[in-house]
Amino acid sequence: MQFFLEVLLGGLLTGIMYSMVALGFVLIYKASGVFNFAQGAMVFFAALTAVGLHDLGLSLWLAIPLTMLVMIVLAMAIEKIVLRPLVNQPEITLFMVTIGLTFFIEGLAQAIWGASVRKLEMGIDDVPLEYLLDTLGIAISQFDLVAAGIAFVLVAGLAMFFSKTKVGRALRAVADDHQAALSIGIPLQQIWVIVWGVAGFVALVAGLLWGARNGVQFALTFVALKALPVLILGGFTSVPGAIVGGLIIGASEKIAEVYLGPYVGGGIEGWFPYVLALLFLLARPEGLFGEKIIRRI
Amino acid sequence: MNPQTATTHPALLSVNNVEVIYDHVILVLKGVSLGVPEGKIVALLGANGAGKSTTLKSVSTLLRGERGDVTKGSVEFRGERIDHLSPNDLVKRGMVQVMEGRHCFGHLTVEENLLTGAYTRKLSRAELRQTLEKVYDYFPRLKQRRTSQSGYTSGGEQQMTAIGRALMAKPTMILLDEPSMGLAPQIVEEIFEIVRDLNKREQVSFLLAEQNTTVALRYADFGYILENGRVVMEGDAKELASNEDVKEFYLGISSGGRKSFRDVKHYRRRKRWLA
Repeated sequence: MQFFLEVLLGGLLTGIMYSMVALGFVLIYKASGVFNFAQGAMVFFAALTAVGLHDLGLSLWLAIPLTMLVMIVLAMAIEKIVLRPLVNQPEITLFMVTIGLTFFIEGLAQAIWGASVRKLEMGIDDVPLEYLLDTLGIAISQFDLVAAGIAFVLVAGLAMFFSKTKVGRALRAVADDHQAALSIGIPLQQIWVIVWGVAGFVALVAGLLWGARNGVQFALTFVALKALPVLILGGFTSVPGAIVGGLIIGASEKIAEVYLGPYVGGGIEGWFPYVLALLFLLARPEGLFGEKIIRRI
Repeated sequence: MNPQTATTHPALLSVNNVEVIYDHVILVLKGVSLGVPEGKIVALLGANGAGKSTTLKSVSTLLRGERGDVTKGSVEFRGERIDHLSPNDLVKRGMVQVMEGRHCFGHLTVEENLLTGAYTRKLSRAELRQTLEKVYDYFPRLKQRRTSQSGYTSGGEQQMTAIGRALMAKPTMILLDEPSMGLAPQIVEEIFEIVRDLNKREQVSFLLAEQNTTVALRYADFGYILENGRVVMEGDAKELASNEDVKEFYLGISSGGRKSFRDVKHYRRRKRWLA
């Protein structure tokens, strides 16, 4: 039982980390109806920039805000160069554009900072929390708990932002209907900069957490692929969905690995989430919390 | 035909000889001129594809997003050229378009829909509340349904939401595109009554595009009839409603009793308007 709990909790905490990446996708999808393939590249770019600046001798407290600034500039550039000329184009066009953007951002990051793996020291050790180890006998990483805490704060903040603020409402309005949003005077350009900026911020947080854990390297972009099943489970349009989806994916892949793995020779972790996502697509295509497609008849 | 429309009242909005081309090849408006005097309701009438919506969009500059270009002419609002402005600027200046087909934000609640309408205004919480209550006064039905997602409300309620949302911007002029589309006659009357009410009590001027000529002429002060991207007739709404040609072509009644539409329409139209 203790072992099961340990696996479960470990999985849930990894899941939170997936959620952080998935969150970036949800934000942009919610506000512009575009599936932003480049989110993974943005995670990589943000983490690499932060670490790169840190390695140049800046303290982390300076490097992180500076990186945020870079992400905002990136958001503005993307809006101006990529999105503005493509207003009212079909979603598939925008999706293709984000694929192009992915390669560009990955290339840019490595052109500036080089392709070597960099270590990020956040000052939180990835060691089991002693208190839990002593009282319950479960080994839970201290780092994972902190990451979960950060994720919680982030999500609560975003949920408030979307439902209670004027800009948040406008973001959702734009997601529903570009033209109508324009017609009542919501400036699309401004909204897109905001949403890409926020997505950049989420990418930065996710990048720092993943980077601190696995090292900042190109493989960070692959973490973004794990966000896909998370999104399918949780729903592309739901912030809480991204969290719950992440938890389910994280927990189920670990449990599957430990308990089913031995029967099939292991290595389940890599593909199990995708199978789960496939089953979900068959049963509930809008995901657990996704907005139902409203169709009047 | 009736020059008084433009001369006796100072025009709030004037559209001068506007030509619109879609996709660089499709000529939709071939020089449309019209005026909306302050505090009046002006109806823009005509059949499908006559260019009513395009005219409205060329005024509100929403055309750009649909690959349409104003290639000739000018649009003036309060004496100021507005054709180069963005919709955001126009809303700030007091002109809002309510688009054809309502275009509510389906996943937002009715109240959230209304609140987004005030995006361009800097209001305190109390002022926002007040504006909202005012809109609810005009549309009590929306108040009942305030927490429903507007995608699940009826067509009439959506039309009301769309108009209410535009009102939140405190406009002096509303461009209303096809408010009767897909609605039951009774709801259409209800909506036009509200339009008249807004016109009287809030001094909002309206330019409304409508296929339902009968209803539109009953509520409007002036009317323009568009055909193939040209204004073919204009005048006082009452005069238009009693005009023989309008009666025959748009209202389906004529002095010589019921005639077959096919027999008379083509020939008389050519003679009257195109020759």
